[in-house]
Amino acid sequence: MKAPVISSWFGRGAVAAPPDIESAALRSDRFRLEREGDWRRLEAIVARMERGGLRRIADDDLIALPALYRTAASSLAVARETSLDAATLAYLEALVQRAWFQVYGPRYGFVRWLRGFFLGGWSRAVRALWLDICIALFVMVAGTIVGWLLVAEDEAWYYRLFPAGIGEARVPGASREQLLRSLAHDEGAAGLAGFAAQLFSNNSAVCILAFALGFAFGIPSLLLLVHNMALLGAMLWLFDGQGLVVELAAWLSVHGTTELFGILLSGAAGLHIGRAMAFPGPAAVLDAAAAAGRRAAVVMVGVVIMMVVAALLEAFPRQLVEDTGSRFVIGGTMLTFWLAYFCLYRPALQGLEDGG
Amino acid sequence: MNARKTTLARPADKRARTLVTPEGLVLPLVLAARAPRAAALMIDVMIVVFSLVIFQLLVVWVAGGLLDGTALDPAGMSGGALEFLGIVMALFVFCTWYGYFLVQELGPRGATLGKRMVGIRIAARRGARLTPEAVIARNLLRDIEIFYPIVALITLTIMAQQGQEIGILSAILTIWFALFLLFPFFNRDALRAGDIVAGTWVVERPKAQLASVLSVQGAAAGASNVTGVRYAFGEAELSVYGEKELQTLERVLRDSPAEALAATHKAICRKIGWEPGAGDERAFLEAFYAQLRARLEADMRFGKRKADKFS
Repeated sequence: MKAPVISSWFGRGAVAAPPDIESAALRSDRFRLEREGDWRRLEAIVARMERGGLRRIADDDLIALPALYRTAASSLAVARETSLDAATLAYLEALVQRAWFQVYGPRYGFVRWLRGFFLGGWSRAVRALWLDICIALFVMVAGTIVGWLLVAEDEAWYYRLFPAGIGEARVPGASREQLLRSLAHDEGAAGLAGFAAQLFSNNSAVCILAFALGFAFGIPSLLLLVHNMALLGAMLWLFDGQGLVVELAAWLSVHGTTELFGILLSGAAGLHIGRAMAFPGPAAVLDAAAAAGRRAAVVMVGVVIMMVVAALLEAFPRQLVEDTGSRFVIGGTMLTFWLAYFCLYRPALQGLEDGG
Repeated sequence: MNARKTTLARPADKRARTLVTPEGLVLPLVLAARAPRAAALMIDVMIVVFSLVIFQLLVVWVAGGLLDGTALDPAGMSGGALEFLGIVMALFVFCTWYGYFLVQELGPRGATLGKRMVGIRIAARRGARLTPEAVIARNLLRDIEIFYPIVALITLTIMAQQGQEIGILSAILTIWFALFLLFPFFNRDALRAGDIVAGTWVVERPKAQLASVLSVQGAAAGASNVTGVRYAFGEAELSVYGEKELQTLERVLRDSPAEALAATHKAICRKIGWEPGAGDERAFLEAFYAQLRARLEADMRFGKRKADKFS
């Protein structure tokens, strides 16, 4: 008799030994009593899987799981046609559903996914968004030009874009020396690590916002890009007035190549979702949005990582390295690295990934 | 009358969906209602906020220790140590905020602590496999759906109270954010924006224990324990009721009090034309249940089904 073993697995005294199969008058109850042991075993395995960790489950049980799941599924199919016992049907439906979530659940946890992400998943997702990246890049360049032209036309725009704080040196009419000083490094390395952590939270929040706003057909994402880049354009105009545009570019490039790339990607990710919702093609709108959302989410995890790198670059090398040439070298290296990683790194698909 | 009964759906029926497994089996699924989802979110946010506050207090306490170490002279404090604490704090906040939801929803239960407490979980729509990308996508959107709207509304309220001029732009922005907050009310599946982008929905977790076998208990299998009578029903008596009544009777037998048993007993006796006795209701109902089910299941095997007493 299996019954005592089963109730001890279950750890609940409430499970009585099933009655003798022969005593059941109804054919459907005999059917149930014959299979009940398998159902309870499946329930015990599923309960332990839900509680966490495949490690605590015996190999025998793990091997038996798919077979037990199919047994329960076919029991349910048969019971629906032959049994009028509502309680048993409800139990079987719940059991099969719980087991389905385990058997067809996420195939791997976060750590394993992260590994696949670095080894090809990330660059693949970025390449899939090429069109959105091109559009976002165009918008960003246009935004910079707009910012420049606006401020060149009317200086008042500068104050509208940057509400000036007290003691801010970077305002129209500032002397060459004042501007140069704002590009120089701060005194020593004190406070830089904290600065980096703060920058990171701030920048990744902006990127996540750019991504999340893509939901409204991508237009707010583009507006956010234009606004951010107009600030850059205005800044470029200001420094150009004193012939310092190369120095500014060097100062920005240290972290900017990574940060602006990240912003570009998050804007493109937002746009990707917006575009899928506006032009879903042959798929239903919801399906198209979901497929685009999953692709874009992968890119966004990458953007958060890029923001960590950018914050570190902004806090340390930019403030510690003062030489224009060295700054360009650092920024250029980072840009080359990202481009190579996204465009040239194409490992073969290992069959780990779900198509989406 | 029959038709009206089926079209007038109960609230739970409105949330009923089906899921087709790869084996071709159709499983019923119940979408989670909005109220439990909101409750789950509140529980989760409270857990996160409390752990952040506790962590903050810990950091302050450590900083206080640093201050003590310098004989209460703030100028003598080590800048590096304070900075380190600041970084730990910032990273902890970030990791807790996103990690809490991500790691738990990717786990085998597909639910955060709050969701587990109210008995719901996330699932991919239409029986697809839940992927890490989907979980990430639905959690990245939570910020603009819930927290920006709330912050915007609070800011606007405070500004209004202080008698400041509220620009048309900030009002529009707030309405726009509020739209996200109310998104689940504008679609049939109660999807929030994150669910749409991720291709997920939130469903109730079924809880069903395997109940005992009724047909082998008491008078269902033999004679009544009280009177020793063996109830036997004829063809005419058993053809009165259908499956719906059988299942009502099953519920009554499983978990109703004695008064309900007596009332049911009286109703059935009246219907089948027996003289209702008293004292042996349970045995009567058990026997009637077993024999009615035997008959209906026998018909079922020949493809004949009787939905209820009207059919």
